[in-house]
Amino acid sequence: MTIIKTSYGRRSFLKTSALAGGGMVLGISWLAACKSGTSEAEVLAMPKEWFNITGYLKIGENGVVTIMSPNPEIGQNVKTSMPMIVAEELDCDWKNVIVEQAPLDTSIFTRQLAGGSESIKESWKALRTAGAAARQMLKEAAAQAWQVPADEITTEAGVLKHKSGKSAGYGEMASAAAKIDVPKEVKLKDAKDFKIIGTPRKNVDGQKIVTGQPLYGLDYKREGMLIAMIVHPPTFGMKLKSVDSTAAKSMPGIKDVFTMKVYEDGYEKQWCDTEAFNEKVVVVGNTTWEVMQAKKALKLEWEAFPSYSENVQGWGGPQKVTVPGGLENTDSHKSKMADLTSRPAKLLRKDGDPEAAFKSASQVIERTYSAPFLAHNTMEPMNFFANVTADKAELVGPIQTPEFMEKTISARLGLPLEKIDIQMTRMGGGFGRRLYGHFLVEAAVISKQMNAPVKLVYTREDDMTTGVYRPAYYVTYRAGLDENKNLVAFHIRGGGTSDSPVHANRFPAGAVDNYLAEDWTLDTNISTGAWRAPGSNFIAGAEQSFLDEVAEAAGKDPIEFRLALFEKAISNPVGKGNDYDAARYVGVIKEVKEKSGWGKNDSANVHRGVSAYFCHNSYVAQVVDMVMEDGKPVVQKIHAAIDCGILVNPLAATNLCEGGMVDGMGHALYSAMTFKDGTPEQNNFDKYRLIRHSEAPKAIDVHFVKSDKDPTGLGEPLNPPIIAAVANALYKATGKRVYDQPFMGNMQVPG
Amino acid sequence: MAIFNLTINGKKQQLDVDPTTPMLWVLRDHANLVGTKYGCGIGSCGACTIHLDGVAMRSCQLAVSQVGEQKITTIEGLSENGDHPVQKAWLEHDVAQCGYCQAGQIMNAAALLNNNPHPSDEEISGAMNGNICRCATYVRIHAAIKSVANV
Repeated sequence: MTIIKTSYGRRSFLKTSALAGGGMVLGISWLAACKSGTSEAEVLAMPKEWFNITGYLKIGENGVVTIMSPNPEIGQNVKTSMPMIVAEELDCDWKNVIVEQAPLDTSIFTRQLAGGSESIKESWKALRTAGAAARQMLKEAAAQAWQVPADEITTEAGVLKHKSGKSAGYGEMASAAAKIDVPKEVKLKDAKDFKIIGTPRKNVDGQKIVTGQPLYGLDYKREGMLIAMIVHPPTFGMKLKSVDSTAAKSMPGIKDVFTMKVYEDGYEKQWCDTEAFNEKVVVVGNTTWEVMQAKKALKLEWEAFPSYSENVQGWGGPQKVTVPGGLENTDSHKSKMADLTSRPAKLLRKDGDPEAAFKSASQVIERTYSAPFLAHNTMEPMNFFANVTADKAELVGPIQTPEFMEKTISARLGLPLEKIDIQMTRMGGGFGRRLYGHFLVEAAVISKQMNAPVKLVYTREDDMTTGVYRPAYYVTYRAGLDENKNLVAFHIRGGGTSDSPVHANRFPAGAVDNYLAEDWTLDTNISTGAWRAPGSNFIAGAEQSFLDEVAEAAGKDPIEFRLALFEKAISNPVGKGNDYDAARYVGVIKEVKEKSGWGKNDSANVHRGVSAYFCHNSYVAQVVDMVMEDGKPVVQKIHAAIDCGILVNPLAATNLCEGGMVDGMGHALYSAMTFKDGTPEQNNFDKYRLIRHSEAPKAIDVHFVKSDKDPTGLGEPLNPPIIAAVANALYKATGKRVYDQPFMGNMQVPG
Repeated sequence: MAIFNLTINGKKQQLDVDPTTPMLWVLRDHANLVGTKYGCGIGSCGACTIHLDGVAMRSCQLAVSQVGEQKITTIEGLSENGDHPVQKAWLEHDVAQCGYCQAGQIMNAAALLNNNPHPSDEEISGAMNGNICRCATYVRIHAAIKSVANV
């Protein structure tokens, strides 16, 4: 049993005062409609009265519990998994739980952000504490009612019990518990006593999803609401020159056409304010279709802009960002990146004497890998509802960074933070795209201008061509083998557009005596941002493909080759600050080796590739089984082993792992965003290739390594290594190594 | 604008809209049925799939003026209580991640099974290839459809 304080630093997150008064946390009818029943379709009897026990939960007199899910839900299923953690420590029956999406409220919740695969990891203690504190308060209430010591009271599935035979449901004690002070310290359960954590629980929004209920930002409606759309320059490196909106303004249902600046001149952007096109044309009207038609009637001229630089408040402090002028091309990106990789770059890490080691090596292998820009392409395009009046701003919609965006909105509208209310809807995908909330600002500015509630809607084309892409990357690896085929020297040099994928201290740093890592970045006016597993979603594929080739040159089995490197990193690590736990790496590799039957019963027709990677705090190893059908690669099965610490919800975790792998595989095989004279060459799903049903693996086996470590995330870590597992299987299947993504080139879109 | 008499989910409705308006936007903006999702507007993603006289259609490619007497079914009307075998299979397999595309997937799958109650793996893949799931829940979608097909 762990004893834990209920406050972190200055923040006492279990305040009840803010929610006093019946606990109608969300009184708005539409959001009430977003309440989720249990995973089953059954409808719980609603209590007559709710009692706020803490800001995280309220209990009805009939024992029904409402748990607030603090973090944005983008499909990672935190809306089920996070409340499960609260329910565990509360010790209630999951069947009696209703989940509500919490609004942004920094006085109660910590880190309301969907990013870095850290929702569960960062809130693990806070969620447990919230549940445990409420349980303690219920026990205190019962203790007072029964005149017995609180520590003689036990709980089970929402019932308080005393050895005297007295017992009461949580609902009966809720009213009294709500009046008890939040305890300063609470006891947390031992992991062995978990009854909800570690058990499969279905998506709390499942029934609403399969019946098409309004859940998403795009579904949001308000009386008197107008529809707004934007037009941004069609070309990176261009800005608005002139607008002729005469025809558009006179079209049916159109209320206004005007231009707007997303951010005011001189505003210092936060990291999440990324936006390539600051000035946009806005069309506002009654219905989506009418506004779409009016957009087409606009006569717009664009002009090139010169280079400029701006200061941005990045994660690590202020940064100066250079935005070059000019119209960029995919071909020239690649030749510039090749040039930068051919010359010495910024030194990140050096162990031993790599130069001498390469000179004396009996074999040097050098390979270069590249990957294109990628769009996020969330199925629900960018959108947001805003209702801005003179003294307050109300925003509702899909956003991964509500707390950060509240600050941006405050600066843009000149309103204090407490006058800004942000509510999160379920999101039709995130993948990092909705970390960058320029569309909230746009919605707010448009609403203010129109003096009306407005829903801003991006078309697919607006969404796909507006930037914030995964950067393009390019990296060269060199490995030196001695006469005994031992890996004695390793060199990585690479970079990307506005970003470097090279990590100084990741594997195989620490496992090779002579090691050198260097990087560079290439400025671009095409905006980039975090895309599922940022920093890893290319480099894992390159590294693990390269090691496969080095293992082959060394005449070793690719799994045994990797294990030997990790054994060295455990027994005799090279250098300092190695950014991984080699033993956990070994754990997942051995697990996938056993579960996939690697090296046993190999079939001549089944071609296998292996890969392993650690990023976003979790360890993953994968084996891909590939067959060739009519000259096309077909993934028969993916075997995956994962170490993410304690598993909260195995059902959701498995689903997320499956999706991450199919997503990673799909983008590596098929997807690319390319540019001709600054213009994106793909603007919809007829040209932008995404993996389709028939191309998905036929089966996926996910295995979780048993662990008692605190949980880490799964939204991202599955995606990066699969690139190499597929590439290595492709090599076995075709005899050809693949180095440049997308591996399949631009194939025709089926269907 | 023009008046259209439509039968949506078994109910007759009179709507006054521009005749070129795709059914997708008629449903979402005028009929207050937002279960049918906008994904691409060009018939390439399947998120807006509805049934027109029981046949799966991309509602973004179907102008309201083309509907006439044909009956429209949306995800909201696929079953009265959300218990169509395909909906039940989706819940049983916990298919959804973000869930946005799933109404279109379910409508497409329901039409497939209505037409061909026992499709092979290849027939399922072929029929579902036009429906993108960006979360890539394809393996679960496939398993859910098979579970209904094998009954």
